[in-house]
Amino acid sequence: MAPARVNADKDAEDELEMKVEKYSRGKGADLKALRDKKLKGQLAVKEKLYGQSAKAAAKAEQWLMPTEEGFLEPDEDLEKTYRVQQELILKEVDLLSSRKPFDMILPVLGPYTIEYTSNGRYMLVGGRKGHLAMMDMLNMDLIKEFQVRETVRDVAFLHNEQLYAVAQKKYPYIYNRHGTEIHCLKEHGKALKLQFLTKQFLLTSINSFGQLHYQDVSTGEMIANYRTGLGRTDVMRVNPYNAVIGLGHAGGKVTMWKPTSVKPLVTMLCHHGPVTAVAFDRSGHLMVTAGVDRKIKIWDLRKYEVVNSYPVRAQSLDFSQKGLLACSNGSLVEIYRDFGGHDYRLYMKHRMMKGYQVGKVLFRPYEDILGIGHSMGLSSILVPGSGEPNFDTFIENPMETTKQKREKEVHALLDKLPPDTIMLNPSLIATVRAPKKKEKKTKKEIEEEVEEAVDAAKNMERKKKTKGRSKPSKRAKKKEEDVFRAKRPFLEQSKEADGRPDKKQRIGEEGELPKALQRFAKKPQS
Amino acid sequence: MRVKVISRSTDEFTRDRSQDLQKVFRNYDPGLRSQEKAVEYTRALNAAKLEKIFAKPFIGAMDGHIDAVSCMAKNPNHLKAIFSGSMDGDIRLWDIAARKTVCQFPGHQGAVRGLTTSTEGDLLVSCGVDCTVRLWKVPMLKMVDTSDHIGDTSQPSAVYTWKHAFWGADHQWDGNLFATVGAQVDIWDPNRSEPVNSFEWGKDTVLSVRFDPGDCNILITSASDRSLTLYDLRMSSPARKLIMKTRCNSVCWNPREPMNFTAANEDTNCYSFDARRLDEAKIVHKGHVSAVMDIDYSPTGREFVTGSYDRTVRIFNYLGDHSREIYHTKRMQRVFCVKYTYDGTYLVSGSDDTNLRLWKSKASEQLGVLLPRERKKQEYLDAVKERYKHLPEVKRIVRHRHLPKPIYKAANMRRTMIEAENRKEERRRKHSAPGSMPVQPFRKRRIIKEVE
Repeated sequence: MAPARVNADKDAEDELEMKVEKYSRGKGADLKALRDKKLKGQLAVKEKLYGQSAKAAAKAEQWLMPTEEGFLEPDEDLEKTYRVQQELILKEVDLLSSRKPFDMILPVLGPYTIEYTSNGRYMLVGGRKGHLAMMDMLNMDLIKEFQVRETVRDVAFLHNEQLYAVAQKKYPYIYNRHGTEIHCLKEHGKALKLQFLTKQFLLTSINSFGQLHYQDVSTGEMIANYRTGLGRTDVMRVNPYNAVIGLGHAGGKVTMWKPTSVKPLVTMLCHHGPVTAVAFDRSGHLMVTAGVDRKIKIWDLRKYEVVNSYPVRAQSLDFSQKGLLACSNGSLVEIYRDFGGHDYRLYMKHRMMKGYQVGKVLFRPYEDILGIGHSMGLSSILVPGSGEPNFDTFIENPMETTKQKREKEVHALLDKLPPDTIMLNPSLIATVRAPKKKEKKTKKEIEEEVEEAVDAAKNMERKKKTKGRSKPSKRAKKKEEDVFRAKRPFLEQSKEADGRPDKKQRIGEEGELPKALQRFAKKPQS
Repeated sequence: MRVKVISRSTDEFTRDRSQDLQKVFRNYDPGLRSQEKAVEYTRALNAAKLEKIFAKPFIGAMDGHIDAVSCMAKNPNHLKAIFSGSMDGDIRLWDIAARKTVCQFPGHQGAVRGLTTSTEGDLLVSCGVDCTVRLWKVPMLKMVDTSDHIGDTSQPSAVYTWKHAFWGADHQWDGNLFATVGAQVDIWDPNRSEPVNSFEWGKDTVLSVRFDPGDCNILITSASDRSLTLYDLRMSSPARKLIMKTRCNSVCWNPREPMNFTAANEDTNCYSFDARRLDEAKIVHKGHVSAVMDIDYSPTGREFVTGSYDRTVRIFNYLGDHSREIYHTKRMQRVFCVKYTYDGTYLVSGSDDTNLRLWKSKASEQLGVLLPRERKKQEYLDAVKERYKHLPEVKRIVRHRHLPKPIYKAANMRRTMIEAENRKEERRRKHSAPGSMPVQPFRKRRIIKEVE
């Protein structure tokens, strides 16, 4: 009895330690290297506080998180999860969840693209031929539906469901939730794809000339306008970790952009042939790209290396909050799961009706649902284990009331980040630049090196030579020469370290000497 | 096959009735919070800016005296009461909350130089250049002042005439003796018409006196022979004396660390000393551009306020070498006396322009009762400001103070002079025999000697 309890305690401790690591945001500072005692003390107190808060968060996890994660597990090893059909899942799950998946057949105005708000409550639907609709997915209510009677290429929510942008035939437009046109963004031109950077309040678009626009939607100011120079593309995704924009180009390149630099931060050659889709993991370390060369590649963005590559064709890709990867190909939607070490294996499979072309797959945040926009309308399927089960009221709240929404909007505007906070490694903000490596040696170091070299030259073994060439006088002379030769390079170095040429040279080089001194100046050699 | 999906019923996650509080769910996962550091930094920056926007430290001036305010005393019984004495012999009791005179104490024929109250707060002692010590009964202050009339006058309960003019007075923290200083240091019992004890060390005038809050028998004085002298009432003669290069106008003990005191010096600096080690100052507080006239510690002992001849009032951290805050107004003239109120939220300064001025000790603090949420928010903002205070942008905003042109110029000039002096010293050192001119820390440089 007793050993079992000890084991259980130890397990609980290990589990807590793992959880603490999740909350501790990296390793603490190394205090042993510090010489300043006062600073050391202050930092030690801070580190202790950080540790305590991480531990408190880990301990509170079980009380604060009411919802459990979804899962789909086989009973025995031979059973495969990807053979499970949606009908079977629907039978197994509770009534509330079974109402969530749907198929909407809208054959006239398709193909459709979809978009969710960041709290996963509202869905925006855009039909290629001008059909726009917004839905409340919690109550399955249609909020507004209307037609713009021109091509709709992409839709994007702004900071909440009150406003959304639509890339139409000639320009992107901004509508409010009642479908009233608020703005026409002519400067963007014929936008093909829209993305919204929530923290910075930037609406980003790529247009048919391959120009990337960043516009601040809170002030209306156009922040940046860059020519990509890599041709027309409609593959654009924002990396949620650092708000860097990733673009996939027809030449197989993927470029990453921030609004404060004219040139891309990163250019990677990812595929032979055009890139068809790009998606980023929530942690920001993984990128997945798909090309027409029938490959999906998973990249580690810390090393810019391929972690894994699969021979699959994909038109659209999306990472879920829990790291599932959805990709669509024709009428087939496949979902992959990481089985450890970035080994993505097929987890679920869903085949749409024959002839449907899936245009976009998108996981709904905070739900186990995958939204699918296709040529004949839209669908959604259940994908157990895809969404984050527990939301934070003060970050994203799927159940938020009007008042909470308003308050959140105000806070978001107060905490609006300036565009220069977008960088590849966002944790670099407020850190100290590492000291540069010393290039010039100090005088003392040079002296030490000279001594070493001189010693080496003195102690060199010399061959015994015949015919009087090994006389003591000759040997001494030779030794002297060797020593001088060993010294010479250092003499030049020390002159450079001094930062001024030797005296003789100075007199010769300076043209503007007083008259009385000019006769001492070196004559220029003719 | 086992299947489970996320399922949230709306009832569980929303409140039942509209009177209920909203349900709050937390998930502290760092993965949900992207660009955390950037957000925190932006908040710190905004908080620093807002602090500057809300920095309105001046509350009001209290007008009434017809000559310069020379001294003040706090009343330990009433938070909102303060006494002030002026150069024409007028003593007034002020209600800080209403900013009005409550009571006047007429009688002195010349300038009032010392004011102090007993620990019980019922006795006011005043002394001045007319060689008299007057004891007054302090009137009760009403909680809410309804009447509009400008106070009544009061009669002294005792008048003691003595041999010399007085320069300062202070009451024991624990006990009923008080000390007056002038040509000598006199210890008085309020019931005797002559001092119970007198000390003398040298013939120069003593300028100020303060009793130690920790030990009621120890007091410190500053004198015009540039000395700081420690006295023990249990001994017949003064205990120790420190002579500096310039005189100290005022001294004040740190109420939380009663072995430490800070002296306001004529050479624009304040010097914090440990009373057990007088051979070097613990910290030199620089900042003023003219003589520091008065100093008073906050009851928390973490800050002190100084008033100076350069027309500014500054607040220093007790460990800080430069001022945390500089207060000035167009109309404020030479500041002769400053006091920190007993709750640590206000400062009172008395100046040459006959006014008492009331300031907030934290310039941007919101006065009045804060809701818990407001307080927490404020604490959070203070914490992020503290965290990012070293970053150039935040630092620039937090450090910036607008100064009147004369003070700004004087500070620049002082800096130039000090630099030149240092340069000269450095050159002298270079051209003299090695070791003949040892580098002396600034903490010791202004001290001449310590006499036992």
